[in-house]
Amino acid sequence: METLLAVVIGVLYAAGIYMMLRRSLVKLIIGLALLSNAANLLIFTSGGLVPARPPLVAPGESVPAAPFADPLPQALILTAIVISFGVMAFALALFYRAAEEAGADDLDRLTSTDT
Amino acid sequence: MNALTVIPILIPLGCAVASLLVRRSIRLQRGMAVAGTAALLIAAIFLMSSVLRHGVLCAQVGNWPAPFGITLVADILSSVMVMLTGLMGLATAIYSMASMDEARERFGYYPLLHMLLCGVNGAFLTGDLFNLYVWFEVMLIASFVLLALGGERAQMEGAIKYVTLNLMASALFLAGVGILYGMAGTLNMADLSLKLRDTGHPGLITCVAMLFLTAFGVKAALFPVFSWLPASYHTPPVAVSAIFAGLLTKVGVYALLRVFTLIFTQDIPYTHTIILWAAGLTMVTGVLGAFAQSEFRRILSFHIISQIGYMIMGLGLYTPLALAGSLFYITHHIVVKTNLFLVSGLAHRLRGSYDLKKLGGLYASAPLVAGLFLIPAMSLAGMPPLSGFFAKFLLVKAGLEAGHWGIVAVALAVGMVTLMSMTKIWAEAFWKAAPGTMEMPPPGKHEMICLLFPVIMLAAVTLAIGVGAGPVLDVANRAAEQLQGNTDYIATVLGEKAR
Repeated sequence: METLLAVVIGVLYAAGIYMMLRRSLVKLIIGLALLSNAANLLIFTSGGLVPARPPLVAPGESVPAAPFADPLPQALILTAIVISFGVMAFALALFYRAAEEAGADDLDRLTSTDT
Repeated sequence: MNALTVIPILIPLGCAVASLLVRRSIRLQRGMAVAGTAALLIAAIFLMSSVLRHGVLCAQVGNWPAPFGITLVADILSSVMVMLTGLMGLATAIYSMASMDEARERFGYYPLLHMLLCGVNGAFLTGDLFNLYVWFEVMLIASFVLLALGGERAQMEGAIKYVTLNLMASALFLAGVGILYGMAGTLNMADLSLKLRDTGHPGLITCVAMLFLTAFGVKAALFPVFSWLPASYHTPPVAVSAIFAGLLTKVGVYALLRVFTLIFTQDIPYTHTIILWAAGLTMVTGVLGAFAQSEFRRILSFHIISQIGYMIMGLGLYTPLALAGSLFYITHHIVVKTNLFLVSGLAHRLRGSYDLKKLGGLYASAPLVAGLFLIPAMSLAGMPPLSGFFAKFLLVKAGLEAGHWGIVAVALAVGMVTLMSMTKIWAEAFWKAAPGTMEMPPPGKHEMICLLFPVIMLAAVTLAIGVGAGPVLDVANRAAEQLQGNTDYIATVLGEKAR
């Protein structure tokens, strides 16, 4: 399972970076979304995968029985997803406005502030 | 639970909410901006004096013991940074009253400014890596909107580059956090510092350290990942540029200082050599970039990059004196750089342009502004007895003591070119005769006070750091000792367990 997820994460990173290297604004934002999803999956995988062992405390116990899935990476991912959702919404609006101003979906035409 | 460490985050948060509630009244929002940032400054001064007297302060939010709960820690470095944030916030808030246009004020400029300060303070005070990521995002989201607010074409173009590169850095940071959690099972920085000492995978830790170096390097505008900064910092209104220039890149520098003194210290010869190379190259590219420019704010933006190199140089040398030099440099730089941007705004207000070719004659028509430019400009270039001289002197001395002749030569040469660059601004904008007749309506008395007061205040602070270099250096030395020793930090956060 770890190997499969590692491959998926690698493919996501590669695809994300490839998309970001294109000239189109739309592809740029898709690339960004792929990168943040790859990072989320990376947290999930490196936190350790323990299938079918939810961290539930049995009645009368104070800690869950030994091999249990660590809930913390999932909490981290949830936070990261919420943040990246907000940021993506803003970025979409920004890129849309920029494309309207420039009249084109082309990064090479948005270079007037570069040096 | 130590309330002093929480208050610098709560004040701007409360002000942001309150400003949103009185959205319709610009006067109330302005008043709240000045009162809120002044209160923040006072709270931060209390925090700093308390830290200087009692050592590291720590608060476990919700009373969950570290490393499980949310930890806020204030050591000398953090508390000084929070104090500077308060000072820059106050200067910018006063300056904004006269320089910000009404449309932007109506569209939530002040709440965003408060949120930015909240994020910056959170990043300085947190003791947990994942919380650092969250505070970074709070700060970034506020800065994204501040940068794009107004919707001019140049702002859009600058914002795209700023947003894209910063989001990419955040994704890298998050990946690093994930791998660290997988290795150590904790994200509390003090706890990480202890646990990473005996994981048995030094190679993997160094690899993660490089992920963090890249992520924070983008945010601090290090070579070779600085290109978002000169493409965006000159596009928003000048008050926004000023607060960005003073604080945002410095949060990246702070994060680098924190993780590379507390967490990633298992292979110092390797990691810190890379940092030293990055520092040298950052200094050189920044200053050469500035030399090619002829627009006031673009020149200043490139100088931010070259100055970041000096701050990182101290970290790369990693001796107590070098770290103290870095901290001195950060303190000096935040004040000076914000002030220079504010002066560029004054020149723009008086002459209607940031372009050095169109500026001119300001020495004749506004000698006070010219004088106020000279103080931070000469300090930036490192002229004695101003603050920049002592900052550079400390770093050069530390470099010589450590035997790194190359970086010392680079630092001195870059100082010379900085001086040339500042004299270029002086000659073009202030000294030469005004080209043509581009007269702006003269500012009113109230407007002029709002514009001049922050500049005079920050110039006075620059002079004070220069004249009182001894006490400031004492504080920097103690802060450097805390950073490098880091036993106080760990013991305060983790309590008895660490001993």
